[in-house]
Amino acid sequence: MADDIKAHITGTVWKIEVAAGDAVDEDDVLIILESMKMEMPIEAPFDGTITEILCAEGDAVQEGQVLARIEED
Amino acid sequence: MFDKVLVANRGEIAARIVAALRAHGVASVAVYSEADADAPHVRAADEAVCLGPPPVAQSYLDQDAILEAARATGAQAIHPGYGLLSENAGFARRCAAAGVVFIGPTPEAIEAMGDKAQARATAAAAGVPVVPGSDGPIDDDLAAAELAERIGFPVLVKAAGGGGGIGMQVVKKADRLGKALQSCRDRGRSSFGNDAVYLEKFVEQPRHIEVQVLFDGHGHGVHLFERECSVQRRHQKVIEEAPSPFVEATPGLRAGLTEAALACARAIGYRNAGTVEFIVDPAGHFYFIEMNTRLQVEHPVTEAITGVDIIGWQLRVAAGEALTLQQADLHIDGHAIECRICAEDPALQFIPRPGPLGRFEPPALEGVRVDAGVAPHSQVTPYYDSLVAKLVAHGPDRATAIERARAGLDAFVIETLTTNRDFLRGVLDADPFIAAAYDTGWLERYAKGR
Repeated sequence: MADDIKAHITGTVWKIEVAAGDAVDEDDVLIILESMKMEMPIEAPFDGTITEILCAEGDAVQEGQVLARIEED
Repeated sequence: MFDKVLVANRGEIAARIVAALRAHGVASVAVYSEADADAPHVRAADEAVCLGPPPVAQSYLDQDAILEAARATGAQAIHPGYGLLSENAGFARRCAAAGVVFIGPTPEAIEAMGDKAQARATAAAAGVPVVPGSDGPIDDDLAAAELAERIGFPVLVKAAGGGGGIGMQVVKKADRLGKALQSCRDRGRSSFGNDAVYLEKFVEQPRHIEVQVLFDGHGHGVHLFERECSVQRRHQKVIEEAPSPFVEATPGLRAGLTEAALACARAIGYRNAGTVEFIVDPAGHFYFIEMNTRLQVEHPVTEAITGVDIIGWQLRVAAGEALTLQQADLHIDGHAIECRICAEDPALQFIPRPGPLGRFEPPALEGVRVDAGVAPHSQVTPYYDSLVAKLVAHGPDRATAIERARAGLDAFVIETLTTNRDFLRGVLDADPFIAAAYDTGWLERYAKGR
């Protein structure tokens, strides 16, 4: 199963902790967003492989925007 | 007094400072980022200068741009507000070098309190109690383990360069200490480029109580009593009150706290407004934690109970005037409570919620003051902190202040934007709050139990 990793808040991409091709475990931090001076981590929904990163550090993103894609193991 | 002052901040505090300048007949210069072109502080000021794009590094923290704005407009002084450049000794020095008055303490005083380990040593040398712990940064894990055993678990690991609780961790058992030290160092390095950490005893069921001080440049100073700021989440204050119900109920505590605060300020030759923060245990023992060498968000509760215009005095003292307030003339009049209304969603772990704001109508009620940083029908952006407005209720006693805060929150019209207003309203109805039977961990427990 593939899934979209979406921004759950409007803000800025502060850090991208993974790259396309990386294997990740459920709850691993993938991307950290910053909004209103708070850091909000986005975690892997399941064990899988990151297939695509669709944002860059520093990007302004909207709530619901797809930031990365993951394929379930 | 100055003829013209630049306000190097944004949001509610910038609007408040602009209003204070107007009240003193001083012309105001606002600075703003491209995201804040229509913000209330810009509209209210006599002049305004755009600093650059929205990120703070390119706008509100751009020292060159701010000093150039002061030069271009002929401002004689800069009020830094809170946060941003307010505790930046380098900026205070650059102001002096440019011939502009920095409205705050000397760069040396900022530095003396800016480094937590140094601040603690300064307080201890002034005879002020400090929490038992490492005297200075601790870089050796073995020494840290020995110290932790000696002062007893739980212990707190803190980043020496940190603020707002960033990197801070409670360690309950010896086998967890090594990991906490490492992650605190990593966090300190990535957040403030300083990986020094220190260790102290974790005071259980603590209250956070702070004392406002005000000094002129001629060695005269007063305290303006205490504020109780124990109602907090993740080390961020949510509701503050003055006076502290716990101090009121504990004989001798006010005298001890206020004398300690004045001793800290005198030890560093302090001038202007400042706040000395303490933690207080259930037995009434108090310990210095830090001194904020600037105006605080929650200063209005002190203004409400003392009738002292803190920002007005900041301006006068910075202009070289003597502080004419005498301690014997200062008294506590009633009780005040501040609620911080933030753009966040209590239903979703308080995640920030920037977004469009519709109608925004602060209540006009007896004993209720609102300091707001947003305009109706505007966009609340993700670039800055989530504080939208502060509602401050004052009354002859605590029960009346609570009642007025409730009425104020109920009457406040805030449309479209998600805020914590209903959460705050719930807190004001909670029995532990009404009984003032809280410590700094209470609000977190209350929020989880809803």
